[in-house]
Amino acid sequence: MDDAGQLELFQQWFSDSIPHNKALGLKVVAVRKGFASMRLEWREELVGDPETGVLAGGPLTAMLDSCCGMSVATMLKEPKPFATLDLRIDYARPATPGKAVIAEAECYRITRSVAFTRAFAHHGDAKDPIAAAAGTFMLGTKGEVTRAQSIGEEAIGSETKI
Amino acid sequence: MSAQRERMIGARKSGDVARLADAIPYAKWMRIAPENGTGELLTRMRYHEQLIGNTFLPAIHGGTLGAMLEMAAIFHLLWETETETVPKIVNITVDYLRSAGPRDVIAAAKVTKQGRRMVNVFAEAWQDDRSKPVATANAHFLVKSADEPPAL
Repeated sequence: MDDAGQLELFQQWFSDSIPHNKALGLKVVAVRKGFASMRLEWREELVGDPETGVLAGGPLTAMLDSCCGMSVATMLKEPKPFATLDLRIDYARPATPGKAVIAEAECYRITRSVAFTRAFAHHGDAKDPIAAAAGTFMLGTKGEVTRAQSIGEEAIGSETKI
Repeated sequence: MSAQRERMIGARKSGDVARLADAIPYAKWMRIAPENGTGELLTRMRYHEQLIGNTFLPAIHGGTLGAMLEMAAIFHLLWETETETVPKIVNITVDYLRSAGPRDVIAAAKVTKQGRRMVNVFAEAWQDDRSKPVATANAHFLVKSADEPPAL
């Protein structure tokens, strides 16, 4: 599958068909094995401090959670339901009002039961982060596997492509 | 006096805690608001379809649970402590314990340690049964009291 096809597939299943991600307007901007990147546009509804226009922490939390989850999906050799076990977020500095936020997540280790991820959120310069995240995911949780959880192998393939 | 501080003082005087959320666009969009009908300050996230993260189960998006735990901690600090500005979050760790179904989520927070500048807050969220939390969180906030200089 070519890069544009992959992006479209992940956009469809990790944003457009997940109601909260769709409501936030998350855009999938990059995906490859072990890596996922999303973009969130600034908008008034997402502001936490009306006096400064700074985004609330919540939209960043939701984006980082989703982006980490998407990086896990790219690593799965077979479809498996998974869920966030814990997520830590360090808020390095306030987001700049009016600017879009980019999240970049890496799944650096996956075992049979747990996947480990790290992520940063920034305005385009990864060296100047707004937030850093560490998320772990439990694999093989109850329930049916969702389409989002099953597209990794199909879109990325089992061979490493970095 | 900032508008936020005026609102806070107004809310405290009137005892109408819900006013704390009125001015926060994100809280309105997410339908997250504090309530104190039981005498305890609780924060409720009203269920609506946009909160869903997994349509198969269905389950509420984990990110929204983290978001409402953070808001619950902020409302708690604004209401229960002497802080006169919106506390600045430093970090938060959320533990996901159970999947949250398509219903309201309620959260309570408590201060674990209050320092002069730094506060450690614990928050937990549940749905039908408080003894079965869906998520818990620990967070640090920078706060400043009215008698300190504004720069942190």
